[in-house]
Amino acid sequence: MVALLTQAINLFAAILLMLAFAMITQRRVLNLVHLFTAQGLTLVAATLDVGYLTAQHHLYVSAGATFLLKVVVLPILLHRLINRLQVRWDVEPLLNTPLTMLAGILLVVFAFNLASPIAALSSSIARSTLGIALASVLLSFMMMITRAKALPQVIGFLSMENSLFFAATAATNGMPMLVELGIALDVLMGFLILGVFMFQIREQFDSLDIHHLERLRED
Amino acid sequence: MLQFAVALAAAPLLTGWVNQWRARLQNKKAPSLLQPYHALRKLLYKEPVAAESASPLFLATPYIVFGCMLLACGIVPALSTDLPLAPAADAIALVGLFAVARVFISLAAMDVGTAFGTMGARREMLIGFLAEPALLMALFSASLITHSTSLPAIVQKMAHSRLEIFPSMAFAGIAFTIVSLAENARVPVDNPATHLELTMVHEALTLEYSARHLALLEWAASLKLFAYSCIGLALFFPWGVAEVDAPLALAYSVPALALKLAIGGFLLALIETVSAKMRIFRVPEFLATAFLLAVIGLLVHELLGA
Repeated sequence: MVALLTQAINLFAAILLMLAFAMITQRRVLNLVHLFTAQGLTLVAATLDVGYLTAQHHLYVSAGATFLLKVVVLPILLHRLINRLQVRWDVEPLLNTPLTMLAGILLVVFAFNLASPIAALSSSIARSTLGIALASVLLSFMMMITRAKALPQVIGFLSMENSLFFAATAATNGMPMLVELGIALDVLMGFLILGVFMFQIREQFDSLDIHHLERLRED
Repeated sequence: MLQFAVALAAAPLLTGWVNQWRARLQNKKAPSLLQPYHALRKLLYKEPVAAESASPLFLATPYIVFGCMLLACGIVPALSTDLPLAPAADAIALVGLFAVARVFISLAAMDVGTAFGTMGARREMLIGFLAEPALLMALFSASLITHSTSLPAIVQKMAHSRLEIFPSMAFAGIAFTIVSLAENARVPVDNPATHLELTMVHEALTLEYSARHLALLEWAASLKLFAYSCIGLALFFPWGVAEVDAPLALAYSVPALALKLAIGGFLLALIETVSAKMRIFRVPEFLATAFLLAVIGLLVHELLGA
């Protein structure tokens, strides 16, 4: 049973990586939100698993907080934002998808190589998944870079935070509770501010395409 | 030997089963389970007609393709791992067999010189050259875990090791599903029920064939679906495959295979019903996804060592 649960951590890590790849190739905004919710759920499962295996009960609390924030609150807020901005069926042209995925593979190789010496220093139960967590962070980062619209960028930001959280769980069996709560609050606040920001962008330019922001005008 | 017989007899049944579920899920009146057999019998009675410009290659192709698919069914451990061909052919040879069949059918389609045949051949090669590496990578994921490229050895090791979770197999599984949908001309890539010229791939290739030649090609398509299903079952659900060709062991493995195929066929019909056919230019993207997933599977295996 314990051996199986230890392997389950690897499986959850693999699912996270798969979801990160699904996100960078997803064209529809609504599906991105669904993927983000799935990522949150996977994260909760992984945290519970690590918490059970290492008998660290504060991880249960952090899993509960993750569930509340990333599976319930943020998706609801995202859905409301999508409805109010009326971008529900928006299809966004991507940078050539196979090319993006190829770049993603290179990032994965890079992250795996980068993580292996760090993981060797760690004594955590899930240290081998550090490479995957790092790869997910880089992939979310790439998603923020390659997207033209504001909403997918915000989702990229949120999923990067998810991956960072997983990295922390994998490398050190979770951060101190205080830090975790602080970050969770920061993400929520950041999201609310970005939501307001998006309305402002649309007021100004009638579009959420952030390329409009690159032109400087004096008027 | 029994395996060949089972494959020959059961392959149209699997096709019939998938078609039946497809019709049922689309709220249509389902055709009989034995419909593919009736179709084959009808075609075998008819007199074959070939175009005047057809070369011997055109006439030989149905036999070559049928032979390739039958051989492929002989390599895949569906009922037992004690296969007569196992020492001679491994997973790479299996992919090679599919490739040979593809090359011949494409050549034959171009041979007569009609526009549709040529177009079909081009599309088939486009799909093929992207699907093959992805299939190889998915098979290699299993090979890395079991240190062997021989399918029976893989099945034996997978079925015997205690229950373990291999994350790399999850990636390989999705990649393999995508590849088999594309290779068997199933819905997101090609629609087996359509006769609309502009969208068809498999139908365009066999457009010029009639009577027993067409029967052989249809039968070969069924065998291909059977072979792919058995590869999938062997890699990802290897339980219930007999070790030896003994009657007692087979008495257990035949129902196991039938059950697994029935579930697999139902899932295939379900996938086909819920997904829409994609534009032909989206197919390379779809298959590139499969290839990359399979490569990530290999990378994850390297990282996690499991």
